[in-house]
Amino acid sequence: MSIATVFEIVLAAVVLGLGIWTIVVRETFSATVGFVAYGLLVALIWVRLDAVDVALTEAAIGGGLGGVLLLGAAARLRDADVMAAETPGKVVRASAAALSVLTTAALAGAVLLLPDPAPTLAPAAVANAWATGLSNSVTNVLMAFRAMDTMLEKVVLLLAIIGVWSLAPDSAWGGRPGPRHQADPDGVLAFLARLLPPVGIVVGIYILWTGADHPGGAFQGGAILASMWLLTIIAGLADTPPVSRRWLRFILVAGPCLFLVVGLVGLLFGAAFLSYPPALAKPLILGIEVAMILTIAATLGLLLAGAPERSAKP
Amino acid sequence: MSLVRDMITIAAVSAGAFFFLAGTVGLLRFPDTLTRLHALTKADNLGLGLVVLGLLPQAGGLRDGLKLVSIWLLGLLAGATVSQLIARAARHGESTR
Repeated sequence: MSIATVFEIVLAAVVLGLGIWTIVVRETFSATVGFVAYGLLVALIWVRLDAVDVALTEAAIGGGLGGVLLLGAAARLRDADVMAAETPGKVVRASAAALSVLTTAALAGAVLLLPDPAPTLAPAAVANAWATGLSNSVTNVLMAFRAMDTMLEKVVLLLAIIGVWSLAPDSAWGGRPGPRHQADPDGVLAFLARLLPPVGIVVGIYILWTGADHPGGAFQGGAILASMWLLTIIAGLADTPPVSRRWLRFILVAGPCLFLVVGLVGLLFGAAFLSYPPALAKPLILGIEVAMILTIAATLGLLLAGAPERSAKP
Repeated sequence: MSLVRDMITIAAVSAGAFFFLAGTVGLLRFPDTLTRLHALTKADNLGLGLVVLGLLPQAGGLRDGLKLVSIWLLGLLAGATVSQLIARAARHGESTR
């Protein structure tokens, strides 16, 4: 047994244990911390599976932004203390356990019954990389071969932000999301929020740019940009923009709209919906990704900022 | 030449792993928040620094080496900032209790 195998077994065991602990532990705060660590370890598993693109996304969303979202939820739950009020009855618990066991058994069965070798389109995706001029086959699949899925995913992000905004009370509609954060302007958090964003913005753009040929892309880069934006908001250096602002709405729809326009142009003048002319494939994909990174950064940031709760006037 | 580089790597990464272990033991065993933070920063600063130092001879080129060093610097910045924030929160919690 090689040392890599031992490492993988230990990693899988720790992830399993951490997952169980996250479910079993009583306090919501501890469960959140467990979930963040779980996300980072799952990212390591993706690295071991040579899926670095997925690992970056998992670390950014599962470990990073998802963790922040859950921390906010845990803080609100602690204030409201609604968890202790209603404990589910025995029947509900038993049926939930039975349902979970059935789902696990079905998933395990599906994995164990996979034909060997498992069906895959990966060789076809790699063989057709010439069609786009990009050498990262994950980006090829996301932006060209299965571009429709990616476009719809961005529409889902848009729907998510509409869902969050629809929680706003009428009086705050059009106002600024989330509370106004106050921090010591000479404190260490404000210092970090001044020092880190220039570095983070460069890294975010680099991740987008390198996504053409190496692991990376608009989603991972957008998540980094969003976290830099949130850092300045949490440190009190910037405020969230009122959701009624036209430029904000424009950024939120820019990615899916450009995607849709390119797709329709392909339908009218090319072979099919979302078919790129081969000579223009790379610039078109890059253009869509640039629009998408702005949309993703703004959407993720606003999703974490929450529903509008203050009027637009300061 | 490659033997020397490998030996540097093994020595430095092992030393880094030792500091991570010591930091983790300290985090689990020390009595209060401030001493635990003290143990944790040893893992962050020295442990990560030594691991990066050990990986530098294995880096493919100057670019990869600079990336490794910047990971360490960003880790230092984040670790130092977060420990300051946690320490302040802990002191604030004590004074209001």
